[in-house]
Amino acid sequence: MLNFIARRLLFAIPTLIAISMLSFVIIQLPPGDYLDQKIAQLEQQYGDASSMAQADQLRKHYGLDKPLPVRYIKWVSGFVHGDFGESFRYEKPVNELIWERLAYTLMLSIGSLFFTYMLAIPIGIYSASHKYDWKDNTLTFLAFFGMSLPGFLIALLIIVAVYKVMGVPLFGLFSPFYMNQGAWTWGKLMDLINHLWVPLLVISVNGTAALVRVMRGNLLDVLGEPFVRTARAKGLKESVVLIKHASRIAINPLISMLGMSLPDILSGTTIVSIVLNLPTVGPLLLQALQDEDMYLAGTIIVFMSMLLIIGNLLADIALAWVDPRIRYE
Amino acid sequence: MSKEQTTPESPAPLLEEEQEADLGRLSYRQLVWRKFRKSRLAVIGGVILVTFYTLAIFAEFFAPYDYQHDNVRLQYVPPQGVHFFGEDGFHIVPFLYGLKQTKNPESGELTYVADRSKTYPVHLFHHGDKYRFFGLISTDIHLIGSEGPFYLIGTDRMGRDIISRIIYGGRVSLTVGLVGVFLSIILGSILGTVSGYWGGLTDILMQRFIELLSSFPTIPLWMALAAALPSNWSGIQVYMGITVILSLLSWGGLARQVRGKVLATREQDYVLAARAAGASHWYILMRHLLPTAYSHIIVIATLSIPGMILGETALSFLGLGIRPPLTSWGVLLEEAQRVTVVLNSPWLLIPSLPVVLVVVAYNFVGDALRDAADPYAS
Repeated sequence: MLNFIARRLLFAIPTLIAISMLSFVIIQLPPGDYLDQKIAQLEQQYGDASSMAQADQLRKHYGLDKPLPVRYIKWVSGFVHGDFGESFRYEKPVNELIWERLAYTLMLSIGSLFFTYMLAIPIGIYSASHKYDWKDNTLTFLAFFGMSLPGFLIALLIIVAVYKVMGVPLFGLFSPFYMNQGAWTWGKLMDLINHLWVPLLVISVNGTAALVRVMRGNLLDVLGEPFVRTARAKGLKESVVLIKHASRIAINPLISMLGMSLPDILSGTTIVSIVLNLPTVGPLLLQALQDEDMYLAGTIIVFMSMLLIIGNLLADIALAWVDPRIRYE
Repeated sequence: MSKEQTTPESPAPLLEEEQEADLGRLSYRQLVWRKFRKSRLAVIGGVILVTFYTLAIFAEFFAPYDYQHDNVRLQYVPPQGVHFFGEDGFHIVPFLYGLKQTKNPESGELTYVADRSKTYPVHLFHHGDKYRFFGLISTDIHLIGSEGPFYLIGTDRMGRDIISRIIYGGRVSLTVGLVGVFLSIILGSILGTVSGYWGGLTDILMQRFIELLSSFPTIPLWMALAAALPSNWSGIQVYMGITVILSLLSWGGLARQVRGKVLATREQDYVLAARAAGASHWYILMRHLLPTAYSHIIVIATLSIPGMILGETALSFLGLGIRPPLTSWGVLLEEAQRVTVVLNSPWLLIPSLPVVLVVVAYNFVGDALRDAADPYAS
């Protein structure tokens, strides 16, 4: 097992390097760069000659005068000691901008994942144990519907509904009172929890709906297995057969899906954060992409991918831990 | 959906035992169609999809107005009711009232109420905005319309008819998924077959590359790529760019599935026989390996269309996707982003309805196709 983890970790390194390369290339794709906008601005202010000199200086400062591979090496080698380059827009090092937002992103993603599984497993079990009766049919229909509702739309509808009912906009993770309060107090924590459930619910809807379908299907398969018949033949209560015998096996594929549902959750978090204006990396990424603030955007994409790789690894470990039949050679 | 169209007349419903006996007699397609038809949800989904695609294909005819037909004096008009009963009693032909503009003296806001003194009957085959039917026949006939204002679900900030914009927008939103899936089917089945058939280093490299692609978070990657589309591109170029971006992540999954299928059939006796008979690699691939994966490919493709439709909607909603003047459902929803605007004009949210309907329909159809793709299973 330890061997397996070590090998997976080793394998993650080339993957990360490849991801950083791809991200860098993608971020470089748009024609021109952030400085073009800035230079246009300077040109208006000072006229031609002096702005050109200033532009060259800026280019040199940000290393934009060097060829692509050199810039990439410079950027990536900074990663080792936590230097991710500088944001053009904020004129600050990227690492000052992202840590707090990454923490909120992680919190929202993990929270939503938790929500998703906590909701989907019981609903799936219920649906499977009432196969084809009207409750199951209703749940199936709702699941299809939930799978089809785009996250940003749910967010939009909730904002409008909350505004209509309560007359206050539902934005961000904190009330204005706590927004600028730096230190963590009990009140701030409670305020966060009060604001948290809406985004968590919104992000979870799609995933929950999809997982309910999977859980239901798995459980129906397992319920046809001989060991379930044996359990029933022994005279066990149906609830015991269902929960202790069948569901325990039916959950395994869901755990291996943990890794697969992570990208969706992270995508959901990004887009819902943009609509609800949450302090995650989502809105920052959108803005950075629009501004061609490339080091900032590139770093965010690399970090998100890193979260996915770690998440996948954890999911594999969890699966090995839950299902002893799985062996890693 | 393609199943419905390609299948000839459907066999009459049969009794259980007759069905058993039929297994050998009916073709694969007939069997799939029979099983597919049994799912009520799938049939409903199919009908929804056919309706929406028909509306989109003949958008000029079905839409009461041209999608760019604006009217600065009719901004944010609420949905107008269609009436049968007027002050003078029952009308056989339904009609709409005229619009009366009132200005709120304090806020300067414009509101519209029905002007009951004017009635405009709804015309079938109404003569409205001119258009060229498929670029060929010049005409001005629209399915419905009227002499007066005809805004069934209201207008937007430029006084454009929302229902017309939804119908036109469907052209982009509905085809983005189809074209994207088409691209990923081509890429996925070629690379998947090659990967599974040749194995070895090609296979390993391909699999690693697909793994790499799948370790990017979807929406952020789409956002980054969409933001890279040059701002001076024309509408068509942006549209093609977006479809390529959307298919970029989905071909990997498809390639994997096809590879698995090919790996399983590669060692079958008939493939060995073909090889022994001197068939070329290309012939074996095209004649023996790809066809076994067809049904699988179609199912996966159908199931990945909704994701692409939602992707386009999300990107356009964020302002990174389709750009005006071209319109799509995402572009329409972008206008609903400002909460204060939506509160005053909630009908701006109506374009979300077709998105949800179409995606639900695709999920229904895809789910039933997955079950039907293996009609021999009991």
